[in-house]
Order: sequence, then structure tokens, then C-alpha cells
Amino acid sequence: MIDGVKVRKDFPILDRKVNGKKIAYLDSAATSQKPRQVIEAISDYYQKSNANIHRGIHTLSLEATEAYEGARKKVAEFVGVSDPAEIIFVRSTTEAINLVAYSWGRLNIDKGDEIVLTVAEHHSNFVPWQQLAAENGAVIKVVPLRPIRGSQGKLIDINGELDILAFRKALTKKTKLVTFFHVSNVLGTVNDVQRLAFSVKRLAPQALVLVDGAQAVAHMPVDIDSIGCDFYAFSGHKMLGPTGIGVLWARREILEQMAPFQFGGEMISKVTLEKSTWNDLPWKFEAGTPNIEGAIGLGAAVDYLTELGMENVRKHEIELTRYALEKLTKIPEVVIYGPSYYSSRQRREVTAKNNINSKVSSPRHLADRTINRAGVVSFNIGNIPPHDVASILDSEGVEIRSGYNCAEPLARFLGSGPVARVSFYIYNTREEVDRLVEGILKVREVFGIVGKWDSGKKKPRINLQSNHPTILHT
Amino acid sequence: MDFYREEILEHWRNPQNFGEMKKPDVVIEQVNPLCGDEVKFFFKIKKGRIEKVSFTGSGCAISMASASMLSEAVKNRRVSDLELVTGQDVLGLVGDKITPARLKCAFLPLEAVRKLGSSNKAKGQAFA
Repeated sequence: MIDGVKVRKDFPILDRKVNGKKIAYLDSAATSQKPRQVIEAISDYYQKSNANIHRGIHTLSLEATEAYEGARKKVAEFVGVSDPAEIIFVRSTTEAINLVAYSWGRLNIDKGDEIVLTVAEHHSNFVPWQQLAAENGAVIKVVPLRPIRGSQGKLIDINGELDILAFRKALTKKTKLVTFFHVSNVLGTVNDVQRLAFSVKRLAPQALVLVDGAQAVAHMPVDIDSIGCDFYAFSGHKMLGPTGIGVLWARREILEQMAPFQFGGEMISKVTLEKSTWNDLPWKFEAGTPNIEGAIGLGAAVDYLTELGMENVRKHEIELTRYALEKLTKIPEVVIYGPSYYSSRQRREVTAKNNINSKVSSPRHLADRTINRAGVVSFNIGNIPPHDVASILDSEGVEIRSGYNCAEPLARFLGSGPVARVSFYIYNTREEVDRLVEGILKVREVFGIVGKWDSGKKKPRINLQSNHPTILHT
Repeated sequence: MDFYREEILEHWRNPQNFGEMKKPDVVIEQVNPLCGDEVKFFFKIKKGRIEKVSFTGSGCAISMASASMLSEAVKNRRVSDLELVTGQDVLGLVGDKITPARLKCAFLPLEAVRKLGSSNKAKGQAFA
């Protein structure tokens, strides 16, 4: 297990106060805090070995190159990739996905070809494809979340899990790319990426699979080679590393066929006035002086997480999430989005009370869904605007996110509007969850909620017509 | 949270001039993509003055209360005066305890109202 006290000592920022209160940082899904070890690795590099890489034969350049390439090897090993040349350093998950959309997408996806993605994608894994489709007439198929139906097929809830039937239906001979999140940044849903990738390879073998791992790599063991996908993207700053460094992984054969994304120094092999040829992998995709400090910082972050053990990280977050769900479901006005044991139990109570379809309380729904859920909990308190919730919590030193969380189509699908979101990481404690709950009670007080409250107002309202994917022709 | 005065919460719960207007002369929409707050103002203009105003929208308590208060404040005002309305005027309405992080919320409706001042249609009406 994770030694909370020891871990917290490594994060200097957690000592500071916000609005006169001790900070409870519950926004790690936006960006994680950085341990001393990462900050020191970056400052050490600048104080001792700063130089441009792959260019000089002088000592500093060699040292910097070694540190940069060393970080690549560490990252590869950390995510279960056997060939470090398949690890491309980019700026972020966003840049990684844009790289695929520009370099691979524009050469391989034509008019009428289909791109399959889910309604819960982050904007960074939706807008690049929407844009590509707008340019060349490709078709986007949006897979919904699974509806839970009561008697007469009436929709009573959705639990934040992907509608697997609709997913399979969306796959055709025209599918060129299938992409989905590993962990949802709003719902916390953990997709069974191996199973999804397997379905694609069976039902649409010509299609490539891209997994958005931005919310996964920091929080659970990830073994990319065993997923069976073709592209995997993630960010350094969500996993204790600095901002401005991210990773695109792709299979070597694909990277070799792909055209470079940007042109310039480093990415070339030979340049004459007439033509240029490209460098080997991974440098073909790393034009210009890269983010050397970023890669080194990310390497240090990987060391830190390896030392903790990703299994332990995951256990710690499951435990905290379970505790938070338990506490939050006790507040009557709170509506929680995403998979949870507690929402299933509430659902059973509702179904029992209304005497509707007993099938809903099948054993499958009794399962503790925190197993399928990462340390992300989105919620609303009655109809109190989440922005105000975040503002009042901030006055208590509790830092949370509010709004659409860069997933506006999902908010529309759920009918949730903007939401409040808390997210956990290795340095969070039960005591911080307690402070969140106290903060929520304060929010209710400010907004004058006493006793009865129309909590039905913001219940998920789903405009789902069928289990079929929505097809967007642009 | 000092800025959640009872007056603000009252305007949020029971906003003044809330609702769509039939046959408005000018409609102005303003959105804050960061938090998803949106407000839409409807104006009826007669002889250069705002005869009727209403708004719809969704957002935090601060932006909605600000819209409600501002709609009251601009009634019967000259359209040409609207360009002169300042952030300070808005703070005079919603209270000056608003923290820097929330100024954008308080000023969202102001941005919409200022646009009316510079809207051609409103100007045309002003000289009609």
C-alpha cells in the first residue's frame, strides 16, 4: 500500500495554504502535482548538463542526449513497449492525436470512410476527427453509453459504460479508424480496451485502433503491447511529469509508412537543394530541438511511479473513490455520474419502490463497479451551478474542477449540463474527502438548501433514440 | 463566500425579465466557452430607448444574477448610453466582493449589453 504521509512529503506544493486553509488538491485529472524528485531532475539537468542533443560531440551534448534517450527507454518499459523507437515524444496527448490525424489520417481516410468514436471522448480526441471529416467528407460514427431500461423499455439510468452492442454495430467494411478513451476524464469509466481492440480486429480488420490513454497511464498498470491497438497517446503532466511533454506510441510498421508531421532539424537524414530524406524512428517525428527537460522530468516521474508500484497506485485510488462515493451518495441532493456500486444500489431501491422491471437488479448490477472506475467522480448538487460549487469549495481550500471538462458532447448526451468533478491521486487522503463533504455542506448552506430539495431536476436526461450509433455526415 | 449575498441568490432564484421576447428588435447572445455559461438578451427599442428587455440563459449564480440586475438597470436607458456602462457599474450592482476568478462570470451579461450599443440594427432604430 501507499504510505500517504511519506508520499505527501515529496510534494512541496501540498504544504501551501489556499484562502487561509490547508490545500486539498482534488483536480489531478486536470494536472497532477509534481514531486521534489521531478523538480530536482529538471533543475539538475539545467545546472549540470544543459546542451542541445544529437548535435555536438562535446561532453554536455552527449550527457544531454543520454538523459533524453534514457527517458525514452524508461517510458517504453513503464508502458510495456519493447521497442523504444516506437515512443515518439510530443507536446501532449492532444498533439499526439493531431499527429495521427494529420500524418496518418489525411493519407488513409477518404470521403465516405468511417471513423468510429465514443460520445464520451475528450475534445482532443473528437475535434481533430470532426475537422478531418469536415475537410474530406469522411463519416463519423458516435457510439453511445449503455442505457439501462426499466419496464416498457423506459430509460431509467445509464451507468457510464460504453454500449458494446452499438460499438459492434458501428464497425463496417468502411471503418478506417476506431478510437476510444482508456479512462473517461468525466465519468471515470475504465474501458476494457483489450476487448474493444479485439472486436475491431475481428469485425473490421482493415481499421486501425487509437486509444486515448491520457487518464490511464498515471493511474493504473498499462501494458500497451498487450492491448492490441495501433496507436496509444498519453501526457506527462498528468503522471507527475512536467507540462509540454507527451507520448505517441504506434506500431513500427505504421510509423515507418507515415509521413512526417513537421519538417526541420533533427527529423532529416539528408538534405540537398532538390530533396530531403527522413531520419529513422523515432526522430522522424521529432522535428526541431525537442522538450529535453520535459523528457527528463517525465523519466524521473516514471522512476517515482515505478518505485511506488502502479498496482499500489490503483489500489489507493479505488479505496479513496469507494470512500468518496460512499460519503457523497449520503447527501440527498448529490447526483453522481458514471459507474458506481452505489448508483446501482440506489437504482435497485428506486426500482423496488416503483415496482418496475425486476430484471434491473440482476446480479451483474450488484457488482462493485469501482473496479471499472478510476479515481474520477463527477457530480451535481441539486441545481446549484457547478461553478459556484467550485468557488465555494475553493474558499475552503478544496480545489476541484467544474464545467464541461472538455467533453461537451457527453454533457449534452447525459443532459447533465456542466458538472463538478473531483479526481484523486497518490497524495490524496480520506481526510481530504471528508473536507470535500464538509465543503459541500457549506455550499448547501450558502444556497439556502434546508431539507427538501428538488434533486430530480438535474438527473441524467437522455436523448437516446436507439442503441444505434449516431452518424454524423458533415 | 462573501459575494454570495442574499440579493444575488434571490436574483438567481427569481431572475427579473427572464424569458424569450416575441418579435424583439435585437437579439444578442454571449457565451463563455470555458464554463459553458450563456446568456441571450432580447431588446425592444423605441426612439433610441430600450422599451423592453428580457433574457434567457444558463450559467452560474453570479452570471445569472448579474444578467437579471443588469436587465433592470438598462430599462428605459438610451441605447447610445450602453457603450458607456462599465465593469465598475456592474460591480456596483452585484457587489464589489467578487473575486478575480469570478469577474468573467459577472461581466458576461455586460459584454452582451455593450454589444447592443454598437449594433447597427439598434443604431438604425435609434434614429428612426
